[in-house]
Amino acid sequence: MREPERGALIWAPVTILVLLLAWQLLVMLLRPPAYLLPDPLSVFETLIARISLIAPHAWVTLVEMLLGLAVGVSGGVLTALALASSALLRRPLLPLLIASQAVPLFALAPLMMLWFGYGMTPKVLMAALIIYFPVASTCYDGLRQTERGWLDLALIMRASPLRIMLLVRLPAALPSFCSGLRLAAICAPIGAVIGEWAGASAGLGYLMIQANAQMQTALMFAALLVLIVFALLLYAATELVARWLLPWRAVSHR
Amino acid sequence: MASQASAAPPEPLRSRGLHLDIRAVSHAFELDGQTLAVLDDVSFELEPGESLALLGPSGCGKSTLLRLVAGLETPRSGDILADDAAVTAPDPSRVVVFQDPTLYPWRTVSDNVALGLQAQGVLDHNGRLRVVQELERVGLAGFAKAYPRQLSGGMASRAALARALVNRPRLLILDEPLGKLDSLTRIRMQGELVSLWQERRYSALMVTHDVEEALLMADRVLVFSPRPARLLESIEVGIAHPRRRDDPRLITLRRAILELLGAA
Repeated sequence: MREPERGALIWAPVTILVLLLAWQLLVMLLRPPAYLLPDPLSVFETLIARISLIAPHAWVTLVEMLLGLAVGVSGGVLTALALASSALLRRPLLPLLIASQAVPLFALAPLMMLWFGYGMTPKVLMAALIIYFPVASTCYDGLRQTERGWLDLALIMRASPLRIMLLVRLPAALPSFCSGLRLAAICAPIGAVIGEWAGASAGLGYLMIQANAQMQTALMFAALLVLIVFALLLYAATELVARWLLPWRAVSHR
Repeated sequence: MASQASAAPPEPLRSRGLHLDIRAVSHAFELDGQTLAVLDDVSFELEPGESLALLGPSGCGKSTLLRLVAGLETPRSGDILADDAAVTAPDPSRVVVFQDPTLYPWRTVSDNVALGLQAQGVLDHNGRLRVVQELERVGLAGFAKAYPRQLSGGMASRAALARALVNRPRLLILDEPLGKLDSLTRIRMQGELVSLWQERRYSALMVTHDVEEALLMADRVLVFSPRPARLLESIEVGIAHPRRRDDPRLITLRRAILELLGAA
């Protein structure tokens, strides 16, 4: 399982470089108007030239993503814990959790704006909401599907329900938690940008809309590029967290 | 516990074997609205320090009987008495070793062995010494810091065994503990299980499919019918350890048991 990932570290940059080169050649050959498709070089030039414009917007979006991640992941984990440890909460909450997965969360963005204004709050909430459901359901699955033998053994040792949770169920659910975290990292930029599109005065999503309206396509691409870099860094960070939480997964199989 | 310094003699490893009394136990499962009888009026006794093998066709209900003895489930009818007290819940004095080693993959071998003591909240310095001692006894001292996925099948079985023994069980319940091992490892582990049992004198209750394994290891072999399991016969082995698999007495017993099981 580790092999392809190690390979990805070498091959992904190569692939990206080749694609950028192809894009550059395509633009040089076909010469589309710059407002339709700028070449990658001018996107980089714009990024550097207008970094003082982009940076504050990038900062806003980054904070929205990270806050959304913090709120969404902790909310999801707490919900999963509550569902897994109490049948009293499970009965009313679980059907609700499952049904709410069907709600098109993007459609809530204008409502968030209406309730919480143009500031950061609706964006953080949007990101948190989108993150919350996959984290809650993957963590709950992980807590629920503890192998029977592992539980039996702890029962034989007369472990209290709290000790069973701490010693067996929680560690057994960590791989699921890490999958949830990966999903969350993917969802966080989406939530923040959707929130900004619904109405904002700052952020990369806002900057993209503005650039688009003014036909500054290179600037739009530059903002998009920063967003992609953020998303990739976030994903890489979850990978590091997973390795730290699951050291036993990295050891070689016998 | 101050007297338990390193110079003091080690704690006695021998445990007083548990006396087990199974009285008219019947059990059934509900499966898709139908009642599936698995145990039919089973009665037998296990004397302290005795080792008993339960033999029968696969799926006949032997493993269920083990779960009842462990206290993980309650029988529909009948009584299970451990030293004259009814078994109502699991207890570390009656430890099960499952067919799958069911080691916790996120814990090192040493932490796996320590689990029982930790779960009971008694993992002190003395407990850690016991963990080291058991790992040495099963020959895994060098693998204390390894993770289960780094172990071979035989080593995983040893780790599971150490994890059970560290609790000083008075009854060791073995649910086909060697079922998934290759034949050479299996033969070696049979010998080791017998010598551990001779050393510690706990009572032992083992489920196996392997007639030869039962006859090599147990004092007595209980033969069960297909599901719902009824006790067909109790066979005293009466051969001193170490036993040889080509012992003529063992071969005679083996043939008799296979006939009982309808396989000869």
